[in-house]
Amino acid sequence: MEKCKALVIGGSAGSLDVLLKVLPNLSNSLSFPVIIVVHRKHGADSLLPDLLSGKTKLVVKEVDEKEPLVAGTIYVAPSDYHLLIEQDQTFSLDYSEKVNYSRPAIDVTFQTAAEVYGDKLACLLLSGSNADGVNGLKTVKDYGGITLIQDPLTAQVAYMPAQAALHVDIDYALKIEDMAPFINLLSE
Amino acid sequence: MLLDLPVISEEQVEILLSDLLEHYGYDFTGYSKASIKRRVLRLYMLDKAVSFAEFRFKIINDQVYFKRFVEQITVNVTEMFRDPGFFKTLRNEVLPKLGTYPFIRIWLAGCSTGEEAFSMSIILKELNLLHKSLIYATDLNPTVLEKAAQGMFSLSQMKQYSENYILSGGTKDFSSYYTAKYSLAKFDEELKHKIIFSTHNLVSDHSFNEFQLILCRNVLIYFDRDLQQKVLNLFDESLEDLGYLALGTKETLDFTSVAKKYKRLPLEKIWRKVS
Repeated sequence: MEKCKALVIGGSAGSLDVLLKVLPNLSNSLSFPVIIVVHRKHGADSLLPDLLSGKTKLVVKEVDEKEPLVAGTIYVAPSDYHLLIEQDQTFSLDYSEKVNYSRPAIDVTFQTAAEVYGDKLACLLLSGSNADGVNGLKTVKDYGGITLIQDPLTAQVAYMPAQAALHVDIDYALKIEDMAPFINLLSE
Repeated sequence: MLLDLPVISEEQVEILLSDLLEHYGYDFTGYSKASIKRRVLRLYMLDKAVSFAEFRFKIINDQVYFKRFVEQITVNVTEMFRDPGFFKTLRNEVLPKLGTYPFIRIWLAGCSTGEEAFSMSIILKELNLLHKSLIYATDLNPTVLEKAAQGMFSLSQMKQYSENYILSGGTKDFSSYYTAKYSLAKFDEELKHKIIFSTHNLVSDHSFNEFQLILCRNVLIYFDRDLQQKVLNLFDESLEDLGYLALGTKETLDFTSVAKKYKRLPLEKIWRKVS
């Protein structure tokens, strides 16, 4: 890839542990924003960003609507809203129907990010028990972006990355310990 | 080569939106682009449109389909007592203050299928304020208002709504407010006597009254910054001094030109007009 402009990470059951292991090893000067979309229960809003920000020197924040994406910042999708990326590289939120029984749906963020960043996007799908994110990864691939999954053998719940491997041309299946070095390499 | 790419481009969405404005006077041009594109694409696929040209022709020339288009590209997902903490604050802090007024006028803007209007009615009734209240529930979409006016919601939702109701400080038996009818829960007629359902388009219509409480939750997220500002001005014009404005959990007055006139209540997205 020429130059990565954004990384989106999607996950469900079993993905939090992975994030907690990956974040401490990320470079402190990533040249792109990282957007995290994980399924979680509505109501426990500020807990996840707080939990994650304890693990990295990068700024971690829950997305505010219409906020511009800034390099070196880790954005967490708010619970109970879909998270979309606009052409002008700002976020918007959407309270429409659930997709794959999920809101936020990983598919929605992957797809809108692909339309904005095209071949300068990397998307990583982690552990989880449903197939949310699989269609999104397909779109990412169609636009020439990098498709990444957690190696299903290392996932607490292999179904989600395994479904992606089954239906999408995946560029790399990463072990947990290889994720941070890989992401740092994407950074210039 | 790119087989699965979306069949409608940003430019085509723009074309449809200017058609709507030109032929029907509905202005969606200030809506957030990614969201509206997703809605348009969803409908395009749902209705198995043959081509963009045919899709466009049908929207312009077929009144019934135009209605469907507007209904489908706007988001009409809502629930009763959504965000129970918010309704608890209304019940315990906001409404008791407004209860000292001789008459309470409430505007629920973007009421969709009416779940929040009925939630509001229930709280007002329990606070013994319903008799002197009037809830103006408005939406741009006539079809959802017809549904709202029926006061019938899916019975399968009642377990969730009942939990929300209790978490919001309700102490009655929630099922005492409705009668089960097949797969529907029909809410008591009494609850809707004080609700006026009416069309109002936040983009193009003006202020139509003065209110002590305006609720508009999860509507502004679909608007771009300019339109948000315009609508907030409309609310400001329509709100009495010391009145309250309530927005969705991810929406804010911060950084807008009206912000300095308002003071936020702790924890919830409710602001009081203080000057």
